[in-house]
Order: sequence, then structure tokens, then C-alpha cells
Amino acid sequence: MTGVMTPQEIVERCLELSRTDGMLVLVDETSTANLRWANNALTTNGVMQERLVTVIATLDGSTGTASGVITRSAVTTDALKPLVRAAEQAADDNGPAEDAQPLVTGDAAADWFDEPGRTSADAFRTLAPALGDAFAKNDEQQRLLYGYLEHEVRTTYLGSSTGLRLRHEQPTGHIGITGKSTRPGTAAAAAHAGSAWVGQSCRDLADIDVAALDAELERRLDWARRSVDLPAGRYDTLLPPTAVADLMIYAYWMMGARDAHDGRSVYARPGSGTRVGEKLSSQPVTLWSDPASPGLECAPVALARASTAEQSVFDNGLPLGRTTWIQDGQLAALLQTRHSADLTGLPVTPAVDNLGLTVDGANGSTDDLVGGVQHGLLLTCLWYIRAVDPQTLLLTGLTRDGVYLVENGEVTGAVNNFRFNESPVALLDRFSHAGETVATFSREWGDYFPRTAMPALRVPDFNMSSVSQAS
Amino acid sequence: MAHEIDPAFSAYPMRLLADAALQRARDLGVEHADFRFERIRSQGLSLRDGKLQGSSDGEDVGFSVRVLHDGTWGFAAAVDLTPEHAVRVAEQAVELAKVARNLSRARVEIAHEPVYADVAWVSDYEIDPFGVPDTEKIELLAARSLRALDQPAVDHVTARLDQVLENKFYADTAGTVTTQQRVRVQPVFEALAVDADSGRFETMETLAAPAGRGWEYVTGADGVVAWEDALDELGPLLAEKLAAPTVEAGRYDLIVDPTNLWLTIHESIGHATELDRALGYEANYAGTSFATLDKLGALRYGSPAMHVTGDRTARHGLATIGYDDEGVQTQRWDIVRDGVLVGYQLDRAMASSNADVLGTSRSNGCAFANSAGRVPVQRMANVSLQPAAGGPSTDDLISQVDDGIYVVGDKSWSIDMQRYNFQFTGQRFYRIQNGRLAGQLRDVAYQATTTDFWGSLDAVGGPETYQMGGAFNCGKAQPGQLAPVSHGCPSVLFRNINILNTAQEGGQ
Repeated sequence: MTGVMTPQEIVERCLELSRTDGMLVLVDETSTANLRWANNALTTNGVMQERLVTVIATLDGSTGTASGVITRSAVTTDALKPLVRAAEQAADDNGPAEDAQPLVTGDAAADWFDEPGRTSADAFRTLAPALGDAFAKNDEQQRLLYGYLEHEVRTTYLGSSTGLRLRHEQPTGHIGITGKSTRPGTAAAAAHAGSAWVGQSCRDLADIDVAALDAELERRLDWARRSVDLPAGRYDTLLPPTAVADLMIYAYWMMGARDAHDGRSVYARPGSGTRVGEKLSSQPVTLWSDPASPGLECAPVALARASTAEQSVFDNGLPLGRTTWIQDGQLAALLQTRHSADLTGLPVTPAVDNLGLTVDGANGSTDDLVGGVQHGLLLTCLWYIRAVDPQTLLLTGLTRDGVYLVENGEVTGAVNNFRFNESPVALLDRFSHAGETVATFSREWGDYFPRTAMPALRVPDFNMSSVSQAS
Repeated sequence: MAHEIDPAFSAYPMRLLADAALQRARDLGVEHADFRFERIRSQGLSLRDGKLQGSSDGEDVGFSVRVLHDGTWGFAAAVDLTPEHAVRVAEQAVELAKVARNLSRARVEIAHEPVYADVAWVSDYEIDPFGVPDTEKIELLAARSLRALDQPAVDHVTARLDQVLENKFYADTAGTVTTQQRVRVQPVFEALAVDADSGRFETMETLAAPAGRGWEYVTGADGVVAWEDALDELGPLLAEKLAAPTVEAGRYDLIVDPTNLWLTIHESIGHATELDRALGYEANYAGTSFATLDKLGALRYGSPAMHVTGDRTARHGLATIGYDDEGVQTQRWDIVRDGVLVGYQLDRAMASSNADVLGTSRSNGCAFANSAGRVPVQRMANVSLQPAAGGPSTDDLISQVDDGIYVVGDKSWSIDMQRYNFQFTGQRFYRIQNGRLAGQLRDVAYQATTTDFWGSLDAVGGPETYQMGGAFNCGKAQPGQLAPVSHGCPSVLFRNINILNTAQEGGQ
């Protein structure tokens, strides 16, 4: 049974059972604990253990190499043989794969035999009482807190018939808190007078300071004591790092080289080919990923559990390093597999699980940038972002949980929410001021892409297309 | 029922684990405990220009225990299928409930529901897609891709087929035991045309909705989708779209086809009438709702022609099942009647704690968890707009419009955190002039506020225009959960709707 099989034993046993030309085995051990709350009280919680075993069989044929991928959880010793055979059968059924490449070769890493990392409800030993204190304080001050706290440790073991034995342990924590003011004497649910949000991701929950986050919520809800209605239009708008992350993550996800090569994205060159080498921005902006970036550490090798346009199972184990997607405003690289790199004639630059944006020469915090705004808006975050026109990467979405009026360098009140229609690629050219790059957590995508570092950006003519009544 | 529960699922030791876990929970003094054991088989195939791009084949097996201990929830899940682990998971759930007790304000109570002792339910399908050889699936998808690719205007074709076989076993301390099985499939083909000179590109997708049906739906053997016609129209439609004039922004009458309207219903009615959202439980994530509980029976949601039902019993619906993840038998009820908000989607705890306002202390069966490893939350029923008996055809509706736009197929969607302001695009938009279609338009989006939009509903199509759309991937809750859901609706006429030109929206 599974209880006596370690991830390393599962990998070795599958590789022993292999009858085909090549095999890759990934075992993902995930341990998660979470707390969720609403109206100053806990609502749901959980501790979960998950294990996924992915077997990738490759089969050389006269016309090319095929791959077959099967993923199973709750794998018992007896189930490994059928699992391997199923992957081999899938490879046979699938026929030659377009993305076929030689499997990456290598040796056992020094930490290969280490056990999977774990978390548990103990992770909340200090944070749970801190949340309790925050609930009590907010009860007294007629504010309501809603939020979610999660700690996950995912350990991935990758073994291959070509000698790879790699282990990656990824701890991820994140917290998001929404605060709402309530007016005295009315039903709280019907009388939200203001809404604010703070969020943070981390590797270690010890880095989360609930009292500090709550203090920031209090500051923002205080800003909302004065409320101002503004119409739709183009505004001098300050996007804090989290809102910049909301937009840049989407711009990054759309960077598939194959899509650009086919002519179906903002990164496609009219006629043929991609826009790599072309100036997207006249400003000194650099969009980068780096598995070794302090605080944002992520897998230093490609890990693919299925082939898509942006990743290939054949590339499992390919080393990843710092990759510059946009360099000094010029498109420098796209999300590649070795196959798409061949097609496009560009370097092999696979996706990396973090993202940063740096503006050369920029410094100062969001608060510092507020000081320079005569009449404009300060956003909290963006929400429900979807592509409207992939040609220009025009995105729509909404402001959420706090839009603030800035007058003469100070926040003077809260404004209604808006729907925006904007392209992140266009914004990279149009911003007027930028702040220093800091670690931040995207409200829109952070649950799935938590590792980002962004500056605040001030955009002189951000398109608020219509007013949203949401408050 | 046509199919039996898959013997391979029944062979798992779920009853042994349930007995062990529930007994341990009882011993630890819980008020209620439930045990879920699930197996979710999933397969995805994607092709690019007729060649297989990627395949995935997953099987997620595991179990969980949820306890109500001292008025507080605790939840734990694991994948090791032994009675010892089941006992440990029950203990972890109770432990977590104790940790949570100090952070909880009110004691949770759950609605009393009838006990269903060992019942089974299987969805309505003919052929289990997991019994079909992969070679047959890939050949079918490749042949269809090439059929579309052969058309003059088409430069590239992508194809995707997702299939799920879901088995759920549920047992609780009251004695309810349910074993269920359902199948769903989602086949999509998308054609791309690129104008080489300008670099401008457009796409066109087949409109077949994901459905609670089997392989027969993918092949077309059940007669629901005329696949050859659907593929053959992609090229001509794309060519017309690429050459279409850009829309002039302004206000237009809108005929919305069911292939587009299902998503507007999903976002502006389905989510807005989830009681957990109205109570604020999703305030930090999916959002809340303007349709708060104090407005029940009073809120004018739309015109009197509006009749919306919640339904987890609709044949082939993606949210359809026999019993929910709290052991409640599923049902159909009114959400909006004669244009007024009259109902919500509920689970047992919310039904109990809001019984006075709701006028009932019973759940309507909307608890769902997307796997054994996730806690059940209130998820969407098949929320559907009812057609008008003897109502007009789509052509009749179009004939009632002098200057308007006919919207077909869904594409981009976005709505705010309280479900007021939304913006949608579509696969194709036709100009209507003097009651007739007058060619496609491009760069079109419609934008409105929910109650204004439904208030402008002028005419509802008849039953022959009624179709079900839907999605596999409705997202909600933290940690995130995806739920499948369908929405039925007829063609509908709205008056005086704000139309944007998306090219102008992106311009300076």
C-alpha cells in the first residue's frame, strides 16, 4: 500500500517496469492547511494531503517519437504496473509527438533522498490567535473581516530513464483580507460603507504580520470616510504593485511562442514570425523571471505534467535560469518549448514560475508616488480580468475593494468602482511614473501564481470605461 | 437507469473507511459527520492543425471527513485508503474544529433532511467515453480538424476534447448513504484566420455546449449536434468576420442567442443568487451580491417576462445529480418569478441559519465539492431562463427589431464583485436592419448593469429556441474549486443596450 512506499520508491519502481524507449516519472506530494473567515468569524478550514504520480512513456518509431501521459492519485504498489502499461499504451495510441525531443540527461541530486516537506494546522499556531485578536478588535470598531490563509508545501520528485533524480520543495503561503465598514444601526450585510483589501504571499508564514495588515486595512477604510462619485473617463491613475501584477501576469501567460508564430497574439509580427526584437515600449522596462530570485524562489528545472503549446513533457528537467522576456522595452523572449524554439528559430526559454517587472531608475513607494499626483486615482487591485481583443491584448476587468481620490498629493476620499478596458502591453509604454520593484501578491491570479515582484505604475490616461455600482 | 455504478469504483473499500471514520467521529462527540470518497477520471486531448499537441489522463481518488463539533466545522482529507488513515483523518477534522472554535462566532447548525439509506444515482448517457479507445478519439478529432483546415479562409485549427467520469460516495452519521456516477464531455474546435498583410486575425469556434452526455454526443450519433455542418460553416463565417465592418458604438436593440445568453445568466443571475455570496462568505474572493437577503420577494430583477429556475435535476445538465454533497436530494425551484427575486441557492447550514427569512428550513441541495480533497460549499444549480409558452422563434424576434444586433456564441466575459456591471463579447455579431440580418459586425461588446439589462427584456422566445449552454470550469471558494454547470435559455430580445467598439476602447 502507499503508506510504505516513498515517492523515491514509486519513481524507481515505475522506471524498472518501463518497457519503452524512455520514461519520466513525476511524484507530487502536496500538504496543505487553510483557514477561511467571513464576518469576523471562521467559516471553513482544512488540512489536506495529496499525492499525484505522473508517468510519461516515450516510444521511438519509424516516423518519430510518441509520448503517453497518465496521472493517478492514491497509487498502491499493485497499481504501478498497470499505470506504467497505461502510459505505454497511450504513447502507442498517440503516435509521433510534434514536440518530441531527446530526454534530458543527468544524475541524482544531493537532496533526492530527502522526505517530502509537510505542513499542518500547527502552521497557524501564532497566526490563529492573531486573527482572533483582529476579529475582536474589528468587532469593537464596527468593521468586518473576510479572508483566507493558506500554507502549502509541494514536493516534486522527477526521475527519468536518462538518469535524472531531481527533487524540488516549494513552500507557498498567502493571506488575503478584505475589510468592510458597517454603519451603526443597520444590518451589516446591507450597509457596507467601504471596502478595502490587503494581501501577501510568502514562503514562511512567520513573515505574515496580521496586526500590520489589519492596520493597513484600517488606514484604507478611514480614507473611505469621505466618498466621491466620479463618472467614467480617462484618469491619471496610480496602480500599486498588486494591480500591476494583475495585468503583467496575464501579459506573461499570453507570451506563448507557438501562438505568436501562428499569428494569434499581440506578440505576432504581421506577415509571419514573432515580434521578438521589436520595441514594445519606449521606456526602460524589463520583465523577467528568475528561479533564484530571493523570496520568490521556484523550481529551477522545467516540470511539465502534460504537453501544451507552452510546455512539453519532453522538456522535463531542463535547467531554468534568469530569463528576460522584455529588455529595455524590447521583446526579448517568449515562452518556449524546445520544439517551439526550433519552429521560431529563437532560444529555448521555458516558462518560469515567478515574474518580475523592473523600471530602470525608478524608486520610491506607492505612497511616494501618491505625493506627486495632483488630481487622480489610487487603485487597490483589479478583478475579473479577461481578454477582449487578443490582437492588442485589450483586457477588461474591474477595480475592486478601494478606489481612492488623490488631490494635491494626498488621498482625500474613496471613489466608486469602475470597469476598465486596457492593454498591459500599451500601459508599459504609456506610464508616466514608476516606483521601486517590490514583492507583491496579485489579487486576481495570486492563488495560482503567487510569486511576483512589481513596481507601482502611474498611467496618465487609464481608461475607466464605465462605473460599477459594486461597493 | 441505463448504467450501473462502475464496478471498479464499487470495489474501493469506501464503506469500510466510512464506518471507521464516522465511528471515530461519533466517539469524539461530534454533532454530525460526513464522509466522502470520490474518484474523478478525467482525460484531455488537444490537437493543433490535426496533430496531437498534448494529452492528459487523470484519476483522482481520495476521501475526506467533515465534522460538526461543538458547533464548528472541521475538515480533513487524505489519499491513503486504509481504515487507520480514515480514523486519523476523522481525528484531524475534530482537532481542526477545536482550533477553529475560538475563532467562530455562532454555532453552526444544519438543516434536518430526510435520510436516504443506501441509494444510487447514475446520469443519463449512452457511451462512457473512457471505454472508447484513444486512437478512435484522436482519429475523430484529427479528421474534423483537417475538414475545417481545408476551408479557404482557415489558417489554423485547434481542437480540444475534455471528458470526465465522476464517482461520489457519501455517508453521514444520520444514516444517509449515496453512491453516484456522472459523465460529461466538452468538444471544441476553433478556426483561426490571419490576414497576412495587416496581421489582423479572427477566430471562430463551434457552438456545441459542454454537456452531461457521453461519447455519442462527440460523434454526433445522438443527433444533438450536426458536426459536419458546424465544421463546414467555420470557414465562411470567418471570412465574413474578417471582412466585416467595425461596429459604431451606441445603443442598440439586442437579440441574444442561447449560445451567448447562458453565460450572461450564469454571471448576472446564477452567481448573484448564491446565498453564501449574499451573506458575504465570498467577499474576499469570488465576491458578494447586490441581491441581498433583505430583498427576497421584493427585488425587481427584470421585466415581468423573466422566469428563472434553479434545477439540479435537468436531464444532461452539468450540475445535475441525484443527491448533493450533504446528502440532500436535488430539486427544481423558482429563483426569479414574474421578474421578482423569490429564491436562492442553499446548503444545509445556510438554510438552517436563515430559515425565518427564507420561509423554509430545508436545503435545496446545492452543496458541492470538486473532489474528495475539498470541503463542500454552496455551488450553482443549473440556473435557467424559462421560454414563453407559444413564444416567438428567433426569426420572429429578429423581425421585431428595426436597428439592432444579433449575438451568437460566447467569448469574453467579466462582471464586478457584486454582480452589477458586466461586459460580454461573442463569437459573432450580426447587424439587424428593418427586421432582417444584414451581415456580420466586428469589435462588438455589450456592457450593462444587471437589473437594467434584465429590465430591458422585451420578449422571450418560445420553447423551440430553448438550448442549454454551460461550462466545466466555474470557479469559486478558497482553496479554489471548479464546478460544472449548465444554463438553459431561449432566444431573447433586449431593448436599448449599450454597445462598445472594442477597437476604440483600446485606442488612445
